[in-house]
This record gives sequence, structure tokens and C-alpha cells, in this order.
Amino acid sequence: MAQLEFTFRKRLAPVAGGRSFEHDFELDVALECDAGITVLFGPSGSGKTLTLDSLAGFLKPDDGRILLNDSILFDSGSGVCLAPRRRSIGYVFQNYALFPHMTVEQNLAFGIQHVPPLERRRRIHEMLELFGLSSRAGRRPGELSGGEKQRASIARALVTEPRLLLLDEPVRGLDYPLRADFYEILRNVRERHRIPILLVTHDVAEGFFLGDRMAVYGAGRIVQLGTPEEIFHQPRSPAIARLLGISNIYSGIVEELDPMAGRAVLKTPQFSVASAYLPGRFRGDSVSFCIRREQITLLPQGSPKTTNGRENCVRVRIAAEIFTPTTVRLVLSVVEQSEPASSAMDASNGVGSSAMESEVTRAAYQKMKIAQQREWLAELPSSAIHVFAEQSD
Amino acid sequence: MINSFTQIDWFPFWLSLRVALIATAISLVAGLALAYLLARYQFRGREVLDSVITLPIVLPPTVLGYYLLVLLGRNSGLGRGFEAIFGFPLVFTWQAAVVAATFHSVPLLVKSARAALESVDRNLENAARTLGASEGRIFFHITLPLARRSILAATVFAFARALGDFGVTIMIAGNIPGKTQTMAVAIYDAMQSGNTLPANLMVLIISLTAIAILYATNRIQGKRLL
Repeated sequence: MAQLEFTFRKRLAPVAGGRSFEHDFELDVALECDAGITVLFGPSGSGKTLTLDSLAGFLKPDDGRILLNDSILFDSGSGVCLAPRRRSIGYVFQNYALFPHMTVEQNLAFGIQHVPPLERRRRIHEMLELFGLSSRAGRRPGELSGGEKQRASIARALVTEPRLLLLDEPVRGLDYPLRADFYEILRNVRERHRIPILLVTHDVAEGFFLGDRMAVYGAGRIVQLGTPEEIFHQPRSPAIARLLGISNIYSGIVEELDPMAGRAVLKTPQFSVASAYLPGRFRGDSVSFCIRREQITLLPQGSPKTTNGRENCVRVRIAAEIFTPTTVRLVLSVVEQSEPASSAMDASNGVGSSAMESEVTRAAYQKMKIAQQREWLAELPSSAIHVFAEQSD
Repeated sequence: MINSFTQIDWFPFWLSLRVALIATAISLVAGLALAYLLARYQFRGREVLDSVITLPIVLPPTVLGYYLLVLLGRNSGLGRGFEAIFGFPLVFTWQAAVVAATFHSVPLLVKSARAALESVDRNLENAARTLGASEGRIFFHITLPLARRSILAATVFAFARALGDFGVTIMIAGNIPGKTQTMAVAIYDAMQSGNTLPANLMVLIISLTAIAILYATNRIQGKRLL
């Protein structure tokens, strides 16, 4: 039995809570979490915060169940819906929501008034020590720095010894040093308090840094569940891939299937590639696949195409470079045309129809003299070709 | 001049003060309660209730006075009930002046208080909920303290309004010197009978009070007038 289990649905009318939707928005999710950090990842408006609000009790789902450590927080069947104050849940809000008219110490004390004074003081001082706020205990939130406010809000949530911790985009708008500090704090919290921790974010990197597990949200549903590694390496659909920042997404058909050799050949209007065998597909099926930028290697133009186990080499021309702080992204134009590009196929790709993106380090960029040499051979290792389980978005 | 000063009947001044203080106190309690109801709860007819509460400020004062007279007069159910309990009719007493002033102050307070309560960050109240606070505790320890300034400013404003009420007061409390003659009514009376000196003095007093109140309101809200 997992520590946290929930499944619920909530339909929101077109205009609700200050946001408007074109049609009804339906949240329909189910998840089981144990101790550790589960990241809720997805675009804005996909239902992540609604999920947190439903777990906290600010929102009442239309039907479903929420179980925390075997206590029922919500059950539509039996009409149980505990008020937020009975759920023993800690919530860290996006803007911290520290009480501005109280000191840090008073903020921390607010949630444990029912605890005997001696124990209460002990807990507060322990938290202040742990989060490095002892010297700021008598200050008001208005006098604290961004990092201190962040730590104070987590301390306040944890001092009540909750059984579940919810965080809603806690580092949004913070600079890098503060983010790094926060991730460190959260990792410590995860070790000290063995409770489920749910964190909402739309930053992939954050999901990777923090998540033991990741739930990808799309239009009110959880569309993929797994470790960040699994999701990043095997996104289920083109939409999820795009969300993760993967841009080399292609549509084509299955041209050949060879179960004996364990391979298949996929054909797009611009090129053909060999991939791992696809059980359950037939020749002529339409298929979508992707390959991550960092998996594409650039080889000098004259390199032999098929020796040394080399495969899937496509002639490309560098169309543009995009400089990031540490790498260079190369926008490549496919030179080889197996047949005239059909405009119907073009529209569904992540990048332009004949474009591909590769990425090299700055050092490699210099060494390979890419600025001068524009014609290359792009190698797409067949093991790196990921075929989507779901074709549609 | 000094002689005239000491000859002034100060009764209207003290009556107005007393009436305004009591009316403001009642308005504050009733107004806060109504504002909380409107701000916190969603229910069918909420905006209808809001409109009904706003009505007294929109109706012409004498019209409101008329309605109150019908509602509380000697021949009405409420009027008779009052007389049965307290031994005297409500209308044409200083208590009626309190009712008149209250009817005008409550809508002002409700409107301002509701806006003030709604302006408190919802996340703060939600945070308090996750920390185990009851709704009552949230209201008195979080919402009210944070909305305090605006509500205080609104109260002071309501007091000013109660101090100067004329139309409704004269309709249901009348113009009985030494009994129900508030300052605004006394000024009217003095002008009618040609006693300009008392009128001028009372106008001066009320004007100075109004300016002092305006200044105090702005200071409470943190704005600098001068």
C-alpha cells in the first residue's frame, strides 16, 4: 500500500477562478506515491496546481478518493471530505504566503498552537537551526531576503510534521544560486522526512534534478509516468517530446520490417533510417519518431557511409547556429532528398520539414571548425531512434 | 461674541456625537459580518443581497426615511413591538436618529470592508488552513489584521457620514429641540429662523471635523495629504 494514493476527477466550468477555458476543463488523474519526490511536470494550465489544491482540500473533486497513510481524506462514495486543517498536509506556495504581519518565529508557531509550549519551542528552534534562520527569527517576512523567505516557508510547512508535502513551482522567478540552494534544501528534506513530496514545475531540468519519479501532465490527465530518465529517453508521444525540449521529431512510414535481423526501416520524405525492430507494426504503417540533439554526431563529408557499423548517415548543411552559454546548437538542413518533399508530411514535424538539430560543445565547435565547413554527414545511430508509442498528440 | 458663544445650545453637538458613535459601532459589527458573508461564501442570490445592502446609499434620503417610517412607525408591527418592549415608540426619539444614521453607514462599511477582505491574498488564508487554523482563527488572526487599515478608514468615513445625516434623520427622528435635533438638523432650523450665528458656528464645527476626519483617513491608509 503506497503512502499516498489518489484518483479523482473534477470538471471546471469555462470560467472558473479567474481563468477562462474554451470549453469545460476536466481533470482526471490517478497516482500512487511513496516517500520521495514526485515531480508533476507539464505545461501551464494542464492541471498540476489543481491536483495539489484538491489534495490539500481547497478544491473538492467531483468524484474519487484520496488516501494518505491509510486515512481517507476524501471519498466521494461515502461523502467524506476532510477540511484542509485536518489533513496534516504541508503546502509551500509559489509566493511563499508567509504571514506579513507576523515574525518568522510567529509564522512557525502558527501551525502548532495545540502543542504544549515546551515542545512547541523545541520544535521551532530545531527548525530555525536546520534552515539557518535562527538569527532572523524576530524579523518579519518583509525584511527577509528571497532565500530566507523560501526557507521560512518550507520550515513553517514542516514544523507541523505533515504526512505529505506539496510544493507549487517554488523556485519560479528565482535566480540560479537560489534555485541551487533550494534543490539542496529539498534533497535534505527528502532524507530527513520520509514522506511523499509532490512538486509542481514546468522546468525539465528541475524535474531531473529533484524527481525520484515524474508524472507528465497533458490537458488534465497524466500522460506518462516514470523516472525522469525513462521519460526523457522514451517519451510516449510527440507532444511529450516537445514538452521536454526535444526538437527532432519526424513522421514517416514503416518501409521495412526484419524480425530476424531485429531491425526496421523508417522512411520520411527527406531520409530513411534503420531503427530497432518494431513489434506490432506492419509495413506501410505511419510512424513518428524522434532523436535527441546530443545523440546526433557530425562526421566529415567524405566519410564512408556504411563501413565500421556506421548507419543512418544523412547529408546535411549547416543552416544556422544557436549559441547557448556552454554549447552550440546547429540547425541542419537535410541535403539528400529521396523524393520530393510532400507538404502534408511537413506540418507535423517538430522542426522545419527538412531541418534537424544537433548540439556540440563549444570546444568541439572550435575544434571541428564548423564555422568554416558547412557540409557534413549527420549520423543517427539506430539505437538512438525512439519510436513513439502513441502517434497522436 | 463670547457671550453668544456660551449661549449656544450645545445639545445638538453632543447628540450628533453620541448618535454617530453608536451608529458607527453597530455598523462596524453588522457591516463586518455582512462583508465576511459576501466575501467568503458563494451562494445564489449573493449579488442580490449586495444590491439590497447598497440600496440605502442609492435611494434619496427622504425616500429611505419614508420607508423606514412605514416600517418602524407607531402603526407598524415593528414599531408596536418596540413600544411593547421599551415602553415608548421608536420614531421621533434619538434612538431613531441612531437607526437613521446606521442605515446609511452600513452600506458604506460593507462595500469597503468587502473589498478589503477580498484583497487579502487567498494564499495566505489557504496557508493558514493547511496549518490547522479554523475559519474563525483565520478571520481574526489573518484576514482582519491584514485588512485592518482599509476597514479602519472605512469606519472613520462611516462615522463622518453618520455625523452629518439629515434627510433620513429628519423623517424618522424629527426636529425636536433638546431631544432629536442633531447638528445637521439644527443648522437647517437655525437658517430657517434667521439665527445665522449658531448656524455659522455649527457649520464651522462640522467642517473642521470633516477635514480632520479626511486627514485621519488618509494617514491611516498611509497617504500624505500635506
